[in-house]
Amino acid sequence: MIFDVAVLGGGPAGMAAATEAARGGARVVLLEESPAPGGQVYRAPPAGFEMKPDRDRQEGDALRAALAASGADIRIGCRVWGLGGGPLVPEGQPDASFSLSALGSDGAPFTVQARALILCCGTHERIIPFPGWTLPGVIGLAAATILLKAQGMLPGQRVVVAGAGPLLYAVAAKILAGGGSVAAVIDAATSGEWLRALPALSARPDLLAQGAVWRARLLAARVPVLAGAQVTAAEGDKVLSSVRVGNRVFQADALCIGHGLVPATEASRTYRARHAHRPEDGGWVPVLDTAQRTSVPFLYAAGDGAGVRGAAAAPAAGRFAAHTALHDLGFSLEHASKEDAALERARRTGAAMARMMALRPAMVAAIPAETIICRCEGVTRSEIEIAAAAGANTINQLKHFTRCGMGPCQGRMCGEAAGALLAAARGVGVADLGFATGRIPLRPVPMASILGDFDYADIPVPAPAPI
Amino acid sequence: MSTRFDAAVIGAGVMGCATALFLARGGMRVALLDRGEICREASGVNAGTLTMQMTRAALIPYALHAHDMWMNMPAWCAGGDVLATACPGLSVAFTDAEAAMLEERARIRREAGAPIELIDGRAAQAIEPGLADGVKLAGHCPIDGFASAYLTGRAFRAALQEAGVTLMEATPVRGIDGRFVLDTSAGAVAAQRVVLAGGVWLQDMAAWLGVTLPIKVLINQLVVTERMPPVMRTVLGVASGLLSLKQYANGTVLIGGGWQGIGDRARGGVAVRSENFLGNVRLAAHTVPALRQARVVRSWLGLEAETADALPAIGPIPGIDDAWIIGSVHSGYTSGPYMGRILAQAILGEAPELPLFPIDRLLHQRSNSA
Repeated sequence: MIFDVAVLGGGPAGMAAATEAARGGARVVLLEESPAPGGQVYRAPPAGFEMKPDRDRQEGDALRAALAASGADIRIGCRVWGLGGGPLVPEGQPDASFSLSALGSDGAPFTVQARALILCCGTHERIIPFPGWTLPGVIGLAAATILLKAQGMLPGQRVVVAGAGPLLYAVAAKILAGGGSVAAVIDAATSGEWLRALPALSARPDLLAQGAVWRARLLAARVPVLAGAQVTAAEGDKVLSSVRVGNRVFQADALCIGHGLVPATEASRTYRARHAHRPEDGGWVPVLDTAQRTSVPFLYAAGDGAGVRGAAAAPAAGRFAAHTALHDLGFSLEHASKEDAALERARRTGAAMARMMALRPAMVAAIPAETIICRCEGVTRSEIEIAAAAGANTINQLKHFTRCGMGPCQGRMCGEAAGALLAAARGVGVADLGFATGRIPLRPVPMASILGDFDYADIPVPAPAPI
Repeated sequence: MSTRFDAAVIGAGVMGCATALFLARGGMRVALLDRGEICREASGVNAGTLTMQMTRAALIPYALHAHDMWMNMPAWCAGGDVLATACPGLSVAFTDAEAAMLEERARIRREAGAPIELIDGRAAQAIEPGLADGVKLAGHCPIDGFASAYLTGRAFRAALQEAGVTLMEATPVRGIDGRFVLDTSAGAVAAQRVVLAGGVWLQDMAAWLGVTLPIKVLINQLVVTERMPPVMRTVLGVASGLLSLKQYANGTVLIGGGWQGIGDRARGGVAVRSENFLGNVRLAAHTVPALRQARVVRSWLGLEAETADALPAIGPIPGIDDAWIIGSVHSGYTSGPYMGRILAQAILGEAPELPLFPIDRLLHQRSNSA
């Protein structure tokens, strides 16, 4: 069967998109990697795990309940690795339906087809490298929120929390609430940056109040908060034991650090949609029209994966994308939801936070020469700069010259820093470097899972080349 | 235009680079132009297989010379290196039909100069412990090996500069006026001689000179695994030629063999075809069972050019003095640097070490607009 709409990613945008499309009468399938829909902010606890629900949990539960009642086919715990169809057809052929190859939660391969595809793929975390960032004990800020929110686990007993954006204070406060100690909060933003963000934040008094509560908890616990500062090095023999910030050293067994969020564009790149580099949106993003359409017919994007605006703004964007998809597919639209001013406020706040979490060129410029940038392939800053001097002009060429971005993460971790370093070395903008070509698999995929049972005789070997 | 080059080479793949390098070393002032970056199309994304057992028989003498060049690349390429590694090569047959094909093809290639011996499955497993059971017959060639093709552009670049070649990347040529003024995005480039080295785009380039040269486009798929412990030590293929397998020093295993993806001359490589991805990795896992433990990390596409008779287009362009062409060499990376060397010899007025492949045979109809 061919679905009307497939939604890739079950965070707030994806849950709302699938719900809206199904309510509109479409046959909908939602594909999500985690064991439950929710995404990072509205993450559900693991099955059988009792935790006191916080506000995010309640928002997530509401979206999950609506999704469950919508009639959409929900495929959780599945890894989508293959993309095809749409514009990916031989020359002269009309576009095909979208085709997504996945491994189910039981490991069994399956494929779904859909006339329209809504990408709600979220983000991955940006970490600007510094000496020691690959030591055990150093984890991402977003990774720390997963530990804390989903499983009530502390990342360490004595933790330094560092980076940029509101997640800093959320993570630090949750560590305190969980009984851990916070050695320091190292905020890349100056207090002036926070002040300038205030007008946009005041559109969401609830968030402002939440932020004030977090800050008060840190103050009460006498946690040093360093503004406009950054981690110089993570130090330790084999595992993290201390964090250096200029002349100050904080003893710690964990460092949670993140420098913002980068839209996950693997799927839109694979479908050859147009992209633009917008630092204030998090980096490379698919170019959308005013109704969430990408440049590829029947391919839509919504949520942070289309430009970072935060979880609160995501459901409305997802509903809007679903509404547009249904319109384009020829559905009548009496069920369309009407968005209100709350969405605009959420977007304003999200945009202010996204600006604060945008890549900071000065932080990249401060990376020491021998620091590893690409941890999969062990490529250092100086190797990237030598490659630039040797003629590497684009991101794809840098891969060839150095293997930077050719490992298991395919540039998800290093791409931002590598791009900024190459651009600076060449004296051009990051946008001039292009982006890595999108190719399947979207995630590393175990050969054993996709091979299936087969006989040698069944392999459709094409005719051999002439001798 | 301030400079008139002795030769303008259009297309900075392995053949364009080698031709330009040896022309410059022969004393010519050379411009090398590419619409993109050096060796970023087929020459930088192919499987890096330096094997005789996938090479067309007519090209074996060339491939043997080129194998030697690849293995000694730093010596003639100003230290440029593609980490070429020599190892034995095996082409295996799992069925009687494949065994028959292998016997015939090994004989023809042996007659062409490739030292291929036929051995049984047990002997093949002694050479390649990673090989599956069930091999009925194997062709064993001691002259084989592989390179890291992605390093090709970097390897040539320094040598080209040292030789004084003017490298113009990201400089598309839009046409050729007179004899010869190249209309490029960076303005006019004048040259006494022109060399077309544009891979699958040779058809468009030949049309600039009024020559109709049909070039077929193959969209070859490749797949690479994550790093894994050693699972093989040879270059492995199957008799049909539709598998090439090797494990690099870093532990990654490259799976190729010419399975076809989606793409064309205008759009380049568009998408990997899932069913061919699956067929390719099944063939690989059948041949080296330990690959079942691997994780696939990426697939990609490279565009290979083929003439009507699947033999190369290397030589003068008939009817147009001082215009030359090079490309459409089956398994072109394997033979590439040597092909560039012998074309440069011809352009420099020397006798090429081995015969070229003139394109007169491919030109059924021609209009001369020059």
